[in-house]
Amino acid sequence: MTTLHAVFDKARAEDRAALVGYLPAGFPTKDGAVAAATAMVEAGCDVIEIGLPYSDPLMDGPTIQDAVHRSLTNGTRIADVLRTVEGVAKSGAATLVMTYWNPIDRYGAERFARDLASAGGVGTITPDLTPEESEPWLAASKEAGIDTVFLVAPSSPDERIARVAACCTGFVYAASLMGVTGARETVGSAAEGLVKRTKANTPLPVCVGLGVGNGAQAAEVAAYADGVIVGSAFIRRLLDAPDEKSGLVAVRELASELARGVRR
Amino acid sequence: MTATEGTILTSADLAGNGVHGNDPDVHGKFGRFGGRYVPEALIPALDEVAAEYEKAKTDLGFLREFDHLLRTYAGRPTTLTEVQRFAEHAGGARILLKREDLTHTGAHKINNVLGQALLTKRLGKRRVIAETGAGQHGVATATAAALMGLECVIYMGAVDCERQALNVARMKLLGATVVPVTNGSQTLKDAINEAFRDWVTNVDHTHYLFGTVAGPHPFPEIVRDFARIIGVEARRQVLELTGALPDAVCAAVGGGSNAIGVFHAFIEDEGVRLYGYEAGGRGAGTGEHALTLTEGSVGVLHGARTYVLQDEEGQTIESHSISAGLDYPGVGPEHAWLKDTGRATYEGVTDEEAMEAFALLARTEGIIPAIESSHALAGALRLGRELGPDAVILVNLSGRGDKDMGTAMKYFNL
Repeated sequence: MTTLHAVFDKARAEDRAALVGYLPAGFPTKDGAVAAATAMVEAGCDVIEIGLPYSDPLMDGPTIQDAVHRSLTNGTRIADVLRTVEGVAKSGAATLVMTYWNPIDRYGAERFARDLASAGGVGTITPDLTPEESEPWLAASKEAGIDTVFLVAPSSPDERIARVAACCTGFVYAASLMGVTGARETVGSAAEGLVKRTKANTPLPVCVGLGVGNGAQAAEVAAYADGVIVGSAFIRRLLDAPDEKSGLVAVRELASELARGVRR
Repeated sequence: MTATEGTILTSADLAGNGVHGNDPDVHGKFGRFGGRYVPEALIPALDEVAAEYEKAKTDLGFLREFDHLLRTYAGRPTTLTEVQRFAEHAGGARILLKREDLTHTGAHKINNVLGQALLTKRLGKRRVIAETGAGQHGVATATAAALMGLECVIYMGAVDCERQALNVARMKLLGATVVPVTNGSQTLKDAINEAFRDWVTNVDHTHYLFGTVAGPHPFPEIVRDFARIIGVEARRQVLELTGALPDAVCAAVGGGSNAIGVFHAFIEDEGVRLYGYEAGGRGAGTGEHALTLTEGSVGVLHGARTYVLQDEEGQTIESHSISAGLDYPGVGPEHAWLKDTGRATYEGVTDEEAMEAFALLARTEGIIPAIESSHALAGALRLGRELGPDAVILVNLSGRGDKDMGTAMKYFNL
């Protein structure tokens, strides 16, 4: 099992940013998700976030909504998410789960943390869990030995950044722009400033997500962030592919392009 | 007394007197319910709304302006109507209707909307967005936006757009942009998701004019306070008419704003029983209902901890109701708290019971209620038979039924 700590140490030693890829479990199929994520790792992703499909993804744009909807229609359950984590972790990437809070709340915080750790998962990203409500999850994660990642946004004032960062153990997720997930033509101009403000408040690595979709953007972000997070662009490749095999090729291509980007 | 004179709304009318212990804590918690489960990007905006509202609720200028709009624009105070012929079907109990159907735009939603539109201006924002189920909140929001010169975008589930085509046309006529939401169940919950996505993108110049007492803090508190006038007036009116407080107060509960609006002024009156009626749809156990409080479990939906219709893995279960305004798998956190503390009682009313009450009120009293409100009427009929002929029951007639004529035509083969 590769830890987040090891990932960022290695990237730092190679004088580059880490590459983080996102894919929902159960998309395009249960096995297809493991295959796609494994291809992403083989082509250069250091960290994989496995999305836990949720019925009401209110901070996701149309691409992820579409993938999540297909996944839920495929009958993806939490057991499948954990199996996906297990499969992907074997590829050697540090594997996280990204999830809205309610599925964990319902499953039971301690139970989820324990089961995720057993599956080889190294932590979670929880985009709608605020520091005020985070106590049970922080305790459960600590107990299970997994990392916690929370988000900061361009709108976050410095004291809020400090508060959020204090809840993080793996890295801090900086949302590059005000908006939902999805690739954009340009990465938000607020991202660099946000990373700077975040770094002033924490020794943890800071990764930038939202709106990054190609190698040039990855290179641009890698110049100031410790990690580059890409989700919707991978999903788009899979959605646009005529079949699963060509989808894997497309995903691999994109991961290679991004991997070159973070090394520029 | 002309419409512009009379007592000016006080801070206590708006927010209560603060001694009943029913205000949320600093994190927006009603007991274990409420709080904030939202993307961090929205926290500053929620803080800003909360801070501005704290200032506004004790600002005499704000109170005066709100009061003036309620009187001269919304048509407040709304009257109280005793419905004797209808009450004969309730075992002879006295039934008094709080006539929110007589407000401008035809439903109680106008109260909250005018308050929040004023707040939007104080916040210096020029655009409002809102979700709508039955279309009443959308129409009310579009109305207030037209009045105050605000840009307005309404998110409405595609299924609801079809069920409530008339309200879609009204919103458009009022100058709003109506966006049909085609993902998920294509009803209110998905409209809320889409409105949140808009808000997080445009939060610098946009206020999310939330339509019910659900959602993240401070919405449950703000919407309640702006709807609170319903109960404040009704309490005085019932006292004046009968010389005593009512035995029970009945309201329909979807998200819960009309119910909190009429309940809140009675919370300290221990002798007054509070009854909320949820949409039972085709019946408990059929899986086709919106019985959030009576059949749901505690979870997080749309930014707050509350009762939710969800499966064992926390996925939201789609609700069903003949009434678009009650077709919601969540409920305001204060209702969850009132349920847990036992202060209020929540029961289900099926589509069929609601439609019977709908037709009965029309035939016996010449009042066509909204199907939402008909759930409260059906509840009152049931309650009247339980409590006996000496009981006095106040019912919040939260809206009028014009918008529901399409549904009624189909249901009754009119």
